[in-house]
Amino acid sequence: MIEWFTWLQLAIAVPGGLLCVVLGLVGRKPTDLTMGATALVELLLIVQLAAAIAAPLAGNTATGSLLEFYTYLISAIALPVAAGFWALVERSRWSTVILGVTCLSVAVMLYRMNQIWNVQGR
Amino acid sequence: MTDFQSEAPAPANRVSGIGRLLIAVYGVLALAATGRSFVQIARAFNEAPLAYSLSALAAVVYIVATIALVKRSALWYRVAWGTIGFELLGVLVVGTLSLVVPGLFQHATVWSIYGSGYLFIPLVLPLLGMWWLARHPVSPAGSRA
Repeated sequence: MIEWFTWLQLAIAVPGGLLCVVLGLVGRKPTDLTMGATALVELLLIVQLAAAIAAPLAGNTATGSLLEFYTYLISAIALPVAAGFWALVERSRWSTVILGVTCLSVAVMLYRMNQIWNVQGR
Repeated sequence: MTDFQSEAPAPANRVSGIGRLLIAVYGVLALAATGRSFVQIARAFNEAPLAYSLSALAAVVYIVATIALVKRSALWYRVAWGTIGFELLGVLVVGTLSLVVPGLFQHATVWSIYGSGYLFIPLVLPLLGMWWLARHPVSPAGSRA
């Protein structure tokens, strides 16, 4: 896990998530903007997965539990996909809110993943 | 929070409006609880069998509650009340015990300290769930959507 990349992910997932929640609450159905924000969050998670697999080879190893780290990462990768399908099936304002809640959940999980990899020594 | 229905009135037994958001949040919490209990049990079940068993139980209850909210029938409606009531009881009992008898729960569960590790969502969600269920009862006659 590369720390600056994680902060970049948070810098996209948090405002993107808030934007989706607000747009959903004012009544917007899922649009290219809100779907795109969620897709970007997903894309960066997949890059993070590749980075997490490659980083230990370059000497950047996790300080905490890898099992816990990957449980978070795999769950986080699943969430935007589920929310995206939901938004395609149910084109309502609540689907937009759900996209936002998903992005914010991913942000919380990324924060925990960063703690596990970079902060927490066991 | 606004609760007006912006779409055409949905059939009585179809989950609509803010109920969908409730289901989504339940789904995320079910995933979080399942993930945590998977890690705890896979890593060191013997360290805290009580807390870890409770984590697994909580995870299963969240999954069942999520399904019960999606399936709008008379039977699932009762299941939803049962599981959501159990969650509220769980978060209150375990939350209190984790403060009063901390030795019992040295290892965290979703319900420790009233769900503080999950932004108190486990405490708030059952109340929202009960409020929603009370406002959207399922009529036994029209249980098939």
